[in-house]
Amino acid sequence: MAAILDNPDIQFAFWALVKCVVILTAMLGVVSYLIFVERKIAGHMQARTGPNRVGPLGLLQPVADILKLFFKEEFIPDAANKIIFHVAPVLAVIPALVSFSVVPVGPNFTVTDVNVGLLLFLAMSSLGVYAITLGGWSSNNKYALLGGLRSSAQMISYELALGLSTVGVLLIAGSLSLVDIVRAQEHVWFAAYQPVAFVVFMIAAFAETNRAPFDLPEAEAELVAGFHTEYSSMKWGMFFLGEFMNVITISSIAITLFLGGWNGPWLPDSLKFLWFFLKLGVLLFFFIWVRWTYPRLRYDQLMNLGWKVLLPVALVNILATGTVIHWLENR
Amino acid sequence: MIPLSWSLALSAVLFVIGVIGVLVRRNALVIFMSIELMLNAANLAFVAFSRDMQSLDGQVFVFFVMAVAAAEVAVGLAIIVNMFRLRETVFVDEINLLKG
Amino acid sequence: MIAPALFAVFAAIAVVSALSVILHRNPVTSALFLVVTFCSLAGIYLVLHAEFIGMVQVIVYAGAIMVLFLFVIMYLNLGRDIETGVQIALRRGVGWLMGIALLAAGVALFRHPWVAGPAAPPGPPMGNTQAIGLLLYSRYLFPFEVTSMLLLVAMVGVVVIAKGRRAPGPAADLPPGTAPGAPSQEDA
Repeated sequence: MAAILDNPDIQFAFWALVKCVVILTAMLGVVSYLIFVERKIAGHMQARTGPNRVGPLGLLQPVADILKLFFKEEFIPDAANKIIFHVAPVLAVIPALVSFSVVPVGPNFTVTDVNVGLLLFLAMSSLGVYAITLGGWSSNNKYALLGGLRSSAQMISYELALGLSTVGVLLIAGSLSLVDIVRAQEHVWFAAYQPVAFVVFMIAAFAETNRAPFDLPEAEAELVAGFHTEYSSMKWGMFFLGEFMNVITISSIAITLFLGGWNGPWLPDSLKFLWFFLKLGVLLFFFIWVRWTYPRLRYDQLMNLGWKVLLPVALVNILATGTVIHWLENR
Repeated sequence: MIPLSWSLALSAVLFVIGVIGVLVRRNALVIFMSIELMLNAANLAFVAFSRDMQSLDGQVFVFFVMAVAAAEVAVGLAIIVNMFRLRETVFVDEINLLKG
Repeated sequence: MIAPALFAVFAAIAVVSALSVILHRNPVTSALFLVVTFCSLAGIYLVLHAEFIGMVQVIVYAGAIMVLFLFVIMYLNLGRDIETGVQIALRRGVGWLMGIALLAAGVALFRHPWVAGPAAPPGPPMGNTQAIGLLLYSRYLFPFEVTSMLLLVAMVGVVVIAKGRRAPGPAADLPPGTAPGAPSQEDA
């Protein structure tokens, strides 16, 4: 028994498991309060207070929401594919959580430092398409199917711009490992070196997470409720959870790649994760702000933007970055 | 260290499953999926040998196989879609225009 | 100890889901099991220290090719396959027999001891991705460029094939006032 515990692999696995549990509980808590914060901010932006009845300042609203979701009656359409119908909401949550395992929150707090961390994030965002496609198809409902197909077409289109915009960062940092990328931003953030790539990444991030102004596939006025039309109670809650977890994960990756990760002045190494959370808060506020400011893009405008604008811009950015680096090295 | 024979045995089993899929199923899409399974079995053999001989040429070849497989899947599915428009079926038994 | 255990787990998942691909009647279920097979193969690549290939396997195969498969299956609205009838059962039996014969041939090959060739001298220590990148852009530059041409040709071909020909439909289906074959308002 002692021999097993001394095995460094087992110890690594144990600590990784502990960190995973911490991340999971933290994410669940943050996401439920994020939904509440969004409603409050939306309210104040629309010159009204958001929910303020439950608890002081409405702070217990998420508790009420979750209790309501648990007690709601769950409808399962008769002709739906039962197994896939039940599995799809779970698939919405898994890729976001797995991507979070390679994000460096602090100087020593990464669940695992994979040397292809950036590719892992891109792989997980590719797998995130399945939840929506399967959710829309398994509901046996034409609005859900259309919403699911539209949403997945949107996601795979913007994945290209997302991936290509990170290649500029890769060229400068010289490594795919997210820990190395954060360490390379000790003095200057990559957003200063790659402003175009940062803008492209953020626009693609909005489209990847199906947030406004790219949320046509789940817009109420357009397709009933898109791919989650037939989902009720906790399954719908899981889809919502998955969407917000995706927002948090993609914001974390944006901070890691462009905004310096946990780098910041004045704090000792053990407290540097506070800078990460501060930047995360700013980016989440930005996501919520954009949602309640811009009108929705029509579907063909959305696809035009992804293929005809963002993709060429990202490619030109790679070309320019490569040229500048080559010129700087061979002066 | 994973013995080379384990990876090759797995590759062989996956390849045979792919062959059985091509021979047994009638649905053109499932036949296509079995072909992809065979390609992946070959990829696994490449990676296993690349690891055993400590040369990265095997992995570069896997990269090319993946690119070619992606192109082939796209074109093949387009052909199947066109066939479906023409014949309203994807069962290869019923797509026999040249049968005398 | 850990690596062989992980390999065994991933291999078991791969074989079981590959069998499910060819056995299930519903093509969507087959496609999903194929995704599971690809992801477990990616896990095996990671165990074999081919990290770049493992991640590219998930991105390309599980994340793009299988999504395309699912799109087509949903577009064609396929239900469960009907595989009844003596002809089909006979063909199925022959197919299984040939497959088992092939597997037996493979097992027979394993009986003989192998002599491994000389291992290449280990190169300078660098990451897997960096090493592959160096190879791709030096020795395999020509195949790399040809592959990009191949993808371009495939893209153009797919658009042409999948577009089909605009066949003029019966006049009764169209709203009154439009001629068959006239461009509708949605064409940009």
